[in-house]
Amino acid sequence: MAEPAEEKEKKGLDIGLEKGVSKLTPEKIEQTINDVLDKECGPRFKTYVETCIHCGLCSEACHYYLSHDNDPRFSPVGKVKQTIWEMLRKKGKVNGEFIKRAAEITHTECNLCKRCAMYCPFGIDIAYLMTVVRRIIHKLGCTPQYIQDTAHSHSVHYNQMWVKGDEWPDTLQWQEEEAQAEIPTLRIPLEKEGAEIMYSVIAPEPKFQAQLIYQAAVIMDQAGVDWTMPATVGWDNSDMAMFTGDSELMGRLKRAHFETAARLKVKRIVMGECGHAFRSVYDMGNRWLGWQMPPIPIVHAIEFYAEILRAGKIKVAKKFSRPVTLHDPCNVVRGGGLHEDARYVTRQLCETLVEMHPNREHNYCCCAGGGVINCGPPYKMKRIEGNRVKAEQLFAAKARGAEVLITPCHNCHSGLHDIVHHYGVGLEIKFFGDILYEVMEKPEG
Amino acid sequence: MDERSNWDWEPGARTVADLNQWKEQYVWVEEPYVRPDGEAVAAIVNVDEGEFTVCVNGSPWEENTYEKIWHLRYLADGRLFAIISEMGEWTVSLDGAPWETKFGYVWNPIFTEDGRSVAVSFQQDMQYGMALNGHCWESTYPTMTNAALSPDGRHTAAAVQVASIGEADIQTFQQGCFTVAIDGSPWEQTFVNVWNMAFSPDGSRLAAEVRLNLYEYTIAVDGVAWNSVYNTVWEPVFHPTDGSVLAPVRLGGKWWLYCDGKPFWDPSFVQLWHPTFSSDGRRLAAVVAPKFGRWTVALDGKPWSATFRDMVTDLVFSPDGSRLAALGKEGPAWKVAVDGRVWDNAFDMAWQPVFSPDGRRVAAKVERSGKYTIAVDDRLWGRQCDAVWHPVFSPDGKRMLIRAVENGEFVRHVISVADIAG
Repeated sequence: MAEPAEEKEKKGLDIGLEKGVSKLTPEKIEQTINDVLDKECGPRFKTYVETCIHCGLCSEACHYYLSHDNDPRFSPVGKVKQTIWEMLRKKGKVNGEFIKRAAEITHTECNLCKRCAMYCPFGIDIAYLMTVVRRIIHKLGCTPQYIQDTAHSHSVHYNQMWVKGDEWPDTLQWQEEEAQAEIPTLRIPLEKEGAEIMYSVIAPEPKFQAQLIYQAAVIMDQAGVDWTMPATVGWDNSDMAMFTGDSELMGRLKRAHFETAARLKVKRIVMGECGHAFRSVYDMGNRWLGWQMPPIPIVHAIEFYAEILRAGKIKVAKKFSRPVTLHDPCNVVRGGGLHEDARYVTRQLCETLVEMHPNREHNYCCCAGGGVINCGPPYKMKRIEGNRVKAEQLFAAKARGAEVLITPCHNCHSGLHDIVHHYGVGLEIKFFGDILYEVMEKPEG
Repeated sequence: MDERSNWDWEPGARTVADLNQWKEQYVWVEEPYVRPDGEAVAAIVNVDEGEFTVCVNGSPWEENTYEKIWHLRYLADGRLFAIISEMGEWTVSLDGAPWETKFGYVWNPIFTEDGRSVAVSFQQDMQYGMALNGHCWESTYPTMTNAALSPDGRHTAAAVQVASIGEADIQTFQQGCFTVAIDGSPWEQTFVNVWNMAFSPDGSRLAAEVRLNLYEYTIAVDGVAWNSVYNTVWEPVFHPTDGSVLAPVRLGGKWWLYCDGKPFWDPSFVQLWHPTFSSDGRRLAAVVAPKFGRWTVALDGKPWSATFRDMVTDLVFSPDGSRLAALGKEGPAWKVAVDGRVWDNAFDMAWQPVFSPDGRRVAAKVERSGKYTIAVDDRLWGRQCDAVWHPVFSPDGKRMLIRAVENGEFVRHVISVADIAG
């Protein structure tokens, strides 16, 4: 394996936790915990807490637990025991150090990936219990600095990377111009009311991955899709507020997203290759606002690519020849059931799929999701060391011939980049869009 | 007198322009936009590589071409608006006449209802401000969001950043670095966040959603926050005549409608947004979710019995305020609902209903299977078009202007409303 990543863990340097905890009083902690538990946690919470028989069968599900040689402190039930159970047992009478540790556990030692829910004999959603703790941490003002900063970006600009109002349409127009060098008549239609589809992305795309917008535009153009992108807020489908426990901000973001689509009179929203955003628009944010399901259907990129390939709207000129392995992102596979679509797309685009094991809904998390990577540099090594098991899984796929790792999720992409780099796995990481763009039939440039 | 009185209301169909010819004339033709009176149709067209103009009824709107043109729209007063770019600079063009001032970038145009005032957000040297009818704010800011234009078209406002924030400096951010700037001048009070805002009808006052800290939200009017705070709030509205300010607020997991910081509607809802007054201010409606996953309209606090699973949008009162219409979505089906009664016809898409001047008729642009037509009182016009725009009633309400694209031609139809409604 390779040398450890250069960026060292900087424990104790998180001003979100340090300064947040320094302002707490025992009374504030007790009242906040009990307010959240009494006023915001209903039968679901009560059922989970009262149903758990402390059997520990969830432990084997957790990549942190497995990567730390079965250290029980990293087991899902261990995290529950160290956080919400203790808050309940002591009726909120815990101290600042406890809160700091609870923030670290829930924000940097759990990805909310929900693999443990499948291993629990009762199906207890332990990730939900972790989000309750995150909500308490938010209410106490002790959220880790970098993810809190991301939430601040959401609050100002309705996107996660401080992308300003002009920078968004300007970037789209720049990418349109770039793409016109390849396909002279290509357009990225802005504000086209009545289009079939609104395409939405997360802010890293305009910020530093603009080629993904370019590729999407080429795919849309060649597939003959009637599409548009908004020039207003509502374009960004990401949501770190969902992970900081700032539900009110989450609702604000999701309302903007769906109302933008409604304003544009589109019939569907197609979203790029992002997992957490799918969770936000398909499950969490929409429901906080009162929508049982997304009011305008959400189509994840995996599903969309499968759809246009099945319909023959995109033709593959020559399949991708290097053997690929496929990472199943938690939010769109355990949370959205898109694993078979992902395999269909892979087989349509690539000559050889080398399955990693476990896979589909049993796949290991990337260890970046759930807002963990957004907690930033102080926790980078913890995140990488907490997913040794993923490196082992990737090494095994590589040993069976895989050369390229497809990860149809932004957080997974970034997290697995760190894993691959740190452990020296030696797989090239790509989005589906990268490969689709590469292998599809396009006009001669 | 209603300007529409001067329009051609002679029944019949008249082809205004053949868009097919444009497609032969230009490299590509973008989405067409039509003048309110239906006498002109325009589209951004590509002349050559990196060269664009606007084609109006078959002719370019001016001699110059531009590197980029976007956001083409007809204003209510019949002027044609677009954002144009030349030599890397951006500005606004109205009827082909560019504003003298150029900017680093221009976006987010806002128009008054009568179309006589145009405001845009601009960026110049990474500072932000607004320009109203070509006149720019004297003060600019490092960040600007949530732009607004007063109904009388005389004032602009936006949320602006008035204190510097270092990278990832969450402490400074939470001290409150944002406020409202009106015509470029900031309020003295600062907030953690400032979001949607509303001007009073005469433009003299302004209300905004604000966040005092990460957990306390309220409404600030002319810089003064309501005395009460809430878990969160949605955008405020001014009463059309008495100056009071109303806003949906969330307390205890439910949404309530508050007026000047005090409860206004008795019932609470799972969701409540888009409070909308009739023009005389006597009636107030809002989109509400009376229970999780069901949506409807509440009129003066009382929800309609008809509910929809997915969405209710496009709330609109009749001119005299006596009637109320909205769109509802149930699965893929959009329906029109008027005074609580849901039309039998379902559509793949529907647009905001339009009342006749006397309020007796309701019309809407609708889409089925990729074809567009007009519905009046739940009955459909017989023609299926490639595109239509909002229907326009004649001042006496007896006739209707339908602007349509059929077989690539833009056609101006004037029909008797009775031809559809019976």
